[in-house]
Amino acid sequence: MNEMQFLTWVRGPGLDIAIGIFLLGVLWRLIEIYSLGRKVDVAPGRHRDGASGLHTVFRRSVPPPGMIKRSPVTYIGGYVFHIGLAIIVFLFEPHIILIRDLTGLSWPGLPSQVIDLVSVITLGAMLVVLADRIKNPVKRYLSTFADWFTWTLTFLPVLTGWMAVQHLLLPYTTMLALHILSVELLLIVLPFTKLFHAFTVFGSRWYLGKINGHRGVPV
Amino acid sequence: MQGPLIDTLARRGVTRRTFFKYCATLASLMALPPSAGRAMAEAMAAAPAASRRPSVIWLPFQECTGCTESITRSHSPSIEGLIFDAISLDYQETLMAAAGHQAEEALHHAMKENEGKYLLIVDGSIPLGLDGAYSCIAGKTNLEALKEAAKGAAAIVAMGSCAAFGGIPKANPNPTGAVSVSDIIKDKPIINIPGCPPIPVVMTGVLAHYLTFGTVPELDKLGRPKAFYGETIHDRCYRRPFYDQGKFAKTFDDEGARKGWCLFELGCKGPVTYNACATVKWNAGTSWPVESGHGCLGCSEPDFWDGGGFYRALSRPADPLKMAATAAAVGAAAGVAITFANRAKKSSAKAAHETVTLADLEK
Amino acid sequence: MSASLQKGINALKEVIDAPVASYFNSCVHCGLCAEACLFHLETGDPKYTPIHKLEPLRRVYEQEYTLLGRLKKMVGLSKAVTDDELEEWKELVYDSCTMCGRCSMVCPVGNDIVYMVRKLREGMAVSGHAPDGIKGATKRTVEIGGPMGLKWPAVANVIKKAEAATGETINVDKPGVDYLVLLSSMEIVNYPEYLEALVKIFKKAGITFTLASDAFEATNAGMQIGASDIAKVIVSRIINSAEKLGVKYVLSPECGHAYMAIRWEGPNLIGRPYKFEVRHVLEVLEELRQKGVLKMKDKFKEPLILHDPCQIVRRGGVLEAPEPLVQTVAENYIPIVDKQKWNWCCGGGGGASAIHTEEAEALRAKAFRIKKRQIEENGVNTMVTFCANCRIVIEEGFDHYEMNTQLLGLTELLAEHLED
Ligand code: SF4
Ligand code: SF4
Ligand code: SF4
Repeated sequence: MNEMQFLTWVRGPGLDIAIGIFLLGVLWRLIEIYSLGRKVDVAPGRHRDGASGLHTVFRRSVPPPGMIKRSPVTYIGGYVFHIGLAIIVFLFEPHIILIRDLTGLSWPGLPSQVIDLVSVITLGAMLVVLADRIKNPVKRYLSTFADWFTWTLTFLPVLTGWMAVQHLLLPYTTMLALHILSVELLLIVLPFTKLFHAFTVFGSRWYLGKINGHRGVPV
Repeated sequence: MQGPLIDTLARRGVTRRTFFKYCATLASLMALPPSAGRAMAEAMAAAPAASRRPSVIWLPFQECTGCTESITRSHSPSIEGLIFDAISLDYQETLMAAAGHQAEEALHHAMKENEGKYLLIVDGSIPLGLDGAYSCIAGKTNLEALKEAAKGAAAIVAMGSCAAFGGIPKANPNPTGAVSVSDIIKDKPIINIPGCPPIPVVMTGVLAHYLTFGTVPELDKLGRPKAFYGETIHDRCYRRPFYDQGKFAKTFDDEGARKGWCLFELGCKGPVTYNACATVKWNAGTSWPVESGHGCLGCSEPDFWDGGGFYRALSRPADPLKMAATAAAVGAAAGVAITFANRAKKSSAKAAHETVTLADLEK
Repeated sequence: MSASLQKGINALKEVIDAPVASYFNSCVHCGLCAEACLFHLETGDPKYTPIHKLEPLRRVYEQEYTLLGRLKKMVGLSKAVTDDELEEWKELVYDSCTMCGRCSMVCPVGNDIVYMVRKLREGMAVSGHAPDGIKGATKRTVEIGGPMGLKWPAVANVIKKAEAATGETINVDKPGVDYLVLLSSMEIVNYPEYLEALVKIFKKAGITFTLASDAFEATNAGMQIGASDIAKVIVSRIINSAEKLGVKYVLSPECGHAYMAIRWEGPNLIGRPYKFEVRHVLEVLEELRQKGVLKMKDKFKEPLILHDPCQIVRRGGVLEAPEPLVQTVAENYIPIVDKQKWNWCCGGGGGASAIHTEEAEALRAKAFRIKKRQIEENGVNTMVTFCANCRIVIEEGFDHYEMNTQLLGLTELLAEHLED
C-alpha cells in the first residue's frame, strides 16, 4: 500500500468504519447508562427545581472558589487543552469543510497560523497535564492503563495534524493519513473509555444540579 | 565552445547565450551548483557525430502518447526538444521515420550495439491480464518487450504516471491488470518521472543530468528525482497565503474564484502532490492549472485517479455516513437490549430483597 | 447472623441507577475531589480520594449493568468484589467519609460523590462491613429509642428542668398544636439548654408545640449506616406520631443528620410525602427574626466564627438562615473564607463520630486540624454552630489539641440574649 492508497483508505472505508463504530457505541452506551433511570424524589422540594440541572451544566465549567489555587496545573492545563482542542477541531478550515460535508453546517474559521499556535499550546498543555499525572500522588494513584491510553489517543491527532501541516518527519500525505487514522482510533475508543465523559458530563452535571437543587442548594 | 549542437541551434535562431542560460536554469532547477550548468552545456554541445551519441531506446506500452506530445510539442521553438540532438534516439515509434520490420530491426540493432550502455525510456503501463494480450507490438507482449529491452539497459526512465505507477490504465477496476515498470524490473536503476503528462523541462532535465554525469539523480521514496518532486504543489503555490488566511473559492464562478482564492475546497490536491508545476509552470512558463483556476489533480501521485474525486476537498472523506444509519440502528438496538437485561436484573435484585433487620448487619 | 456478601451485592444492584452510571462514566481521574476532602487534605494519603472510596460500587456497576463489564468479568479481566475487599473499604466508606458532600461541590464533571457513598453504604451494611460503633448506635436506636440508649424518662427529666427554668408548662403528646418538637439524644444529654431556649422563643412568638413520648428522637442511625429498611422503621415513629397528633409542622432540632433523615430521606423511605411539613429550627428562627419577633436585649461581644454543619447547610439547603441569625446576636461575627455551602466538615459526620476505634479517632483528630486552622487564622476564641453532633466532635477536637476555644450552640446563644 503506498501513501496515497493509505490516505484514500483512511478517508474512505477507514472513516466509514470509525464513524460507524462511534455512532453505534455512543447510542449503545447512552441508552445503557440513562435507561437505568432514577426514582422520583417524593420529598417536597425547597423551591421549585426549575432549571437547576441546566444551571449546574454551566456552573460546573467555572472553577469553585479557591480551587485554582489548590490545583493550578489541573485547572489551567485542563482549560487550555480543552479549549485548544475545541478551537482546533471546530475552527480549522479543513475541519469546517469536513463538518459542513457531514452536517451541512458551517461557520468561519481561523487563520492557519493561529491554529498552528493553538496546536503548539495545546500539545504543551497536554504534556504538562501528563507530567502532572505522573507526579501528582492522587492522580498517579487513580490512574490505570486506560488513563495513559486515552491520553495518548487524544494527543496523537493533535500531534500528527500539526506535524502534517508543518511537514515534519514524514511526507504530508503520510502524515495526513496518520492524522486521520489517529482520529479514527480516537472515535472508536471514545464511547468505551473515560473519554465518554464528553457525552455523560452533561447528564452528570444535570443530575447533580437536580438532586441538590431539589434541596435548595445551587451546586 | 563549438560543436554540432551549437551549429544546429544557431541554424534555428537560438543563440549560445540562450543555450547557456537554459543549461544554467536546468541546473538550478535540479538544485545543482552553477558549475553543473556549464558542465551540462559542454557535455551536450560537444555531443559527437550521430553514431557515437549515447543510445536511447523509447518503448511505448499502454499509453496515450501524451508524454511524447508533452516533450515534443510543449512550445516552439522547443529548446527542450533540442535535447534530442544530443542523443541518438534509436527507437521511438511516434517520432521515427521507420515502421514495421525496419523499426524492429533498428531496435534490435541498437540493443545489440549498445548492450549494457543504452538508456531505456518507457511510457505507458504494462498489462498483465490475459497473459499480456491487451497490448502487443510485433507479436510480443509488452511484458516480454520490457524484459528483453531492460536486460541490456544501463538505466530505465519510467516516463509519465502510467510507466511510473500504472497511471490511468491501472485505475479501478484496472481491467487489463496494468502494472508499472518498477513492478516488473527489479535489477536496474529506475527513474520515475510521473505526471499525466510530466512537465517537459522535468523530462529533459533528468535526461540532461544523466547524459552529463552518467548517474541517476537523487530520488525520493517513489523513485522520483528530488530536484523536481521534492516539494508539494501546495508549498510553492502562489495561492497559499489565501489558504493560510482561510479564504477559499467555494464554486468556480464565485467572488472567491474571481479573486484568486485558494481552491482547496474545490478539490485541489496540491497539498498531497509532489511536482514542480507551481515553480516551472507549463507552456514556457505561461501558466499552470491552479493559476488557470482549477485545482491540482494530483497527477504525479500513484493512483491519483482513485483519490476520491477531483472536486472533493482533501479533508472531505469519501462517503463517511455510508454506514451511519445502520450503525446507529445497531447501537440503539444494542442499547435497548441491554436496557431489558438491566431492568430484569434490577427487578430480580428487588425481588431478592429481604427486609433488612438488625440481624442483617452482622455476619 | 445473616449478613452476607451476596446480600451486599444484591443491595448495590438495587440502588445503582442512572446518576450512578453517569457519574462513573464521567470520572476523568482528575483527582480534584481529593482536594475537597478533609481526610485527604489533612493526611495527604491518596487512598482517601473520594472517588476511590467508591471503587467496589464502581465495579459492581460495571460488572452488572454494562455489556463490556459483563464480558470483562466473564473473561476474568475484572475481578468480582470480595468480602475481604469490602472489609478493607470499611475504613474508606465510614471512618474517612463523613458524607459531608464537599467533594460533590468541586468535581468538574459533576459527579455527586456523596450520593454514591450513601448508596455504597447500603451494600456495606448488609454484607456485615459496617463499623461496630455505628452498628451499636443503630441497634440502640431500634431497640431502645435513641443512638445513645436514652429512654423517655431521660427526656421527661429534661422537660421538667426546662419547665422549672422557664416557668412554662411543656406539652407532651398534645394533638392539634403547631409543632411537634424533636430532639436529638446529644441535646438531651449534653445540651438540655436547647429546649429551654425553644420554650422562651416560641412563647414570645406565640407558637404552640408539643413533644411526643413515642417520637422524641430525631436522629437516624439507620440512614448513617446505610440500611434504608431500618432507617424507615426509625423515621416512621416520627411520621406516625406527627400524623396522629395532627401537627402542622415537625421541628427538626439543630442536629444535621436528623434534619437530613426526616426532611429529605423520610418521604422517600416511606414512598410518599408527609401530611405535615418539616422545618429546621433555624429556618423557623430566621422567619421569626424577619417578622421582628426575635429581638435581642444585648449582643455577644467576643469575636466569633461560624461553623456551618454540612448536613443542614450544604446538603440540607438551609443556606440563608444561619448568617443573619448570627449577626443578630453577635457583635463581632467574622465571616470565614470557606463558609456556607463551602464549609469544612468537623470530621465526625455521617456516623463517623460513633466509631471509636483507635485508628478512627486518630484520623478524626487529624481531620480536625482544618477547623483548628480556621479558628487560629481568624484569631478568635469562640465558634458558634448549630448541630449537636458537630458540637461533640469539635469539643473532642478542642480537648485533643488542648485549645481553650469556646463552642456555642446558635439557638441557645440567641435565647440567652433574647429580649425578655
Ligand atoms: S490552490 Fe491548491 S495548491 Fe494552491 S494553496 Fe490552495 S490547496 Fe494549496
Ligand atoms: S463526602 Fe466529604 S468526607 Fe466524604 S469523601 Fe466527600 S469530601 Fe470526603
Ligand atoms: S473530581 Fe470528579 S472527575 Fe475528578 S477524580 Fe474526582 S470524581 Fe473523578
